[in-house]
Amino acid sequence: MRGLTTVFKKEVRENIRDHRALFNSLLLGPLLFPLLFVGMMWFVTSAEKERAEQTLELPVIGAHYAPSLIRFLEQQGAEIQPEPENPEELVLSQEVPVVLRILPEYPEKWAEGLPAPVEVISDPSRQESNAPIKRVKGLLYGYGQQIGSLRLQLRGVSPQVASPIMIKDVDLSTPKSRAILAVIFLPYVLMITAFTGATHLAMDTTAGEKERKSLEPLLINPVPRWQIMTGKMITTMVFAMASLALTLVSFRIVLPYMPVGAFGMDLTLGLETLLIILLILSPVAILAAALLTLLASFAKSYREAQSYMGLVILIPMIPSLIFMANPIKAEAWMMGIPLFSQNLLIGEVIRGETVSLGWYGLSIASTLAIGLVLAALAANLYNRPKLIFSGS
Amino acid sequence: MIEVKNLHKSFGDVKAVKGVTFTARDGEITGLLGPNGAGKTTTLRMLYSLLPPDQGEIRIDGLDPTRSAMEIKRTLGVVPDSRGLYSRLTARENITYYGELHGMSKKAIQQRIDHLTETLDMGDFIDRRTEGFSQGQRVKVAIARAMVHEPQTILMDEPSNGLDVMTTRALRHYIRSLRDEGHSVVLSTHIMQEVAALCDRIVIIAKGEVAADGTAAQLLERSGSDSLEDAFVKLIGSEEGLLA
Repeated sequence: MRGLTTVFKKEVRENIRDHRALFNSLLLGPLLFPLLFVGMMWFVTSAEKERAEQTLELPVIGAHYAPSLIRFLEQQGAEIQPEPENPEELVLSQEVPVVLRILPEYPEKWAEGLPAPVEVISDPSRQESNAPIKRVKGLLYGYGQQIGSLRLQLRGVSPQVASPIMIKDVDLSTPKSRAILAVIFLPYVLMITAFTGATHLAMDTTAGEKERKSLEPLLINPVPRWQIMTGKMITTMVFAMASLALTLVSFRIVLPYMPVGAFGMDLTLGLETLLIILLILSPVAILAAALLTLLASFAKSYREAQSYMGLVILIPMIPSLIFMANPIKAEAWMMGIPLFSQNLLIGEVIRGETVSLGWYGLSIASTLAIGLVLAALAANLYNRPKLIFSGS
Repeated sequence: MIEVKNLHKSFGDVKAVKGVTFTARDGEITGLLGPNGAGKTTTLRMLYSLLPPDQGEIRIDGLDPTRSAMEIKRTLGVVPDSRGLYSRLTARENITYYGELHGMSKKAIQQRIDHLTETLDMGDFIDRRTEGFSQGQRVKVAIARAMVHEPQTILMDEPSNGLDVMTTRALRHYIRSLRDEGHSVVLSTHIMQEVAALCDRIVIIAKGEVAADGTAAQLLERSGSDSLEDAFVKLIGSEEGLLA
C-alpha cells in the first residue's frame, strides 16, 4: 500500500497547486449552484406574487350589453378597458393576457332568466396568463352566484337549495412538504456537485497524465498498477466529497435569503440534516469518481475525456426528471437504485419525514457496491498495454 | 546484464519486432541503432515489462520480466521516449516522487538527489517547478528520476533527442561514468555519431530484425566500408530513415 499512499499524496499536492482544478472542482459548484437555485426560486416566487397583486386590466367587447356586470367587475378592482379591434390577435401576440366578450344576445337571455353568454378569450398555454385568467373566471363565477341567489330568493326559494354540497378545504400539508421544487432540485444539484467535483481530477490523473506523457514512466516504477490507479481514484473521491461538503455549507449560508413566505416553504438545513445528507451522498461521490476515472482512462487526451464528461454529467439528472414528470411515493425496493434512492431519501429528509435505517443502509450499500465494482474495473484498466500507449 | 533471444511483437497486422537477439553486458554501453520505426522503442518497452512479448526470451540479471516484473523494475533505471515531468511539481519533487514509489526512505532520497544534482549539474533549477524547463533540463530531471534508486541496468530511449551540443557532451560524459562504475547501459538512437562516440557495442536494428551486431571496428570490417555511416547503410540495405 506504500505505492497507493505515495500516489495519493502526490496527486493531492499537485492538484492543490493547480488553480484551475481547485476552482473547477471546489469553488465553481459550491458557489454557482446554490446561487442559481436561490435565484431561480426567487424569480419564480416574485413573478407569481407580482401577478397576483397587479390590477387586472381587462379589455371588454360589448360592455354596453351588460352594464351591471361591468359595474360589478369595476367594484372588484378590475380596470375595464375599451373594446379592442382584433381581440384574438391581441391575446396571441401576448399584449393582453385575457379579453372578455359579451355577446349581443346577452341582454335578451338575461331578461328571460336563461344563461347569458360571455366569452373569455385567452391562451392558457402561456404560463404567465394563468393568474389573470383565473381572476377573470373567478369574478364571473362570483357574479353568477350572486345573481343566482337573488333570483332564487325572489321566487321564494332558499339559495341553499342550489348548493347541495359545501366544500371545505382542510389543508394537511405542512410548510415543509409543500417545498416540492426544493425536494426535486436540491438532491439533483447536490449530486451534480459530486460529479463536477470529480470531473477535473478524474481527467487530469488519467487522460491528462497520458497526454503529458508521464504515464509510461510512472508505470515503470515497481508499484502494482491497481495501487497507482486506486491512489488516483481516492484523490478524485476526496475532491468530490469536498465539493459536496462545500456545496452543503454554501446552501446553509444562502438558504436564509430565500423568499420563504410565498411558497410556504421551510427549508432551514440544520447541522444534523446536513450531516445526514452528506452521509447519504458520500457513496455517490465514490461512484462518480470511479465512473469518471473509468471513462477518462479510455480517452487519449484531456480534450477527448472532456467530450465524454459532458454526457456523464447528465446521468444524475435522470432520476430528477423522472421524479418531476411522475412524483412517486418512495418504496423500499427503490433504495437499491443508485442516484434515484439518494434523490428520494433527501426529499424525505427535507420534508422532515422519518426514514427507516434499513432504507439508508440499502441505499448506501447498493451505491457503494456499484461504485466499488466500477473502481475495480478502472483499477485494472492500465494492465492493458493498448490503453497506456493510445495517443502516443 | 541483459540477454534477449528471438524477441517477437506484433500490433494487429503490424509486426513491429520479429526475431531480435542481443546481449548487453555489465560495464558496457550497448547502442540499439536503427532508423525511425525499426522497432527499437518496442524492444525497450518489452525489456522494462510494459509490453509482454509475443514470443522469445528476456533475461535481465537472470530475471524474466514476464514473471518477475516488480523485481526487474527495481533493478532497472529507465529514461523512456516520453520524459513526462509534472509541471506543477519542482524538479526535486518529481525525483522524490519516484524515490518514494521505489520505497526509499526520505533521507536516502535526499542524499541521492544531492548527489545527482551535483553530477548532472542541476543546482540552478532543482527547486524550480518544471513548467517551462528547456529540453536539456527536462532530460536531466528525467535521468535523475530514473537513477534515484541506483539501478544496475539503465535503459535510455533516444537520450540526446533535442539537446544542444553542450548538454549532449555532458550527457555522454555521464553515461560513460555509469559504464565505468560497472553498470550495463542500453540506449536506442537513430543518430550515427552518438553510437560512434559512445557505444562499446552496436546492435543495428532494421524492420524489426537485427541487421548486424558488434563493435564499431567489427561492423566496419564486416561491411568493408571506411565510415560507420556507409557501413550502416550497407548493413540495413537502404538509406531509409537516416535523414532524421
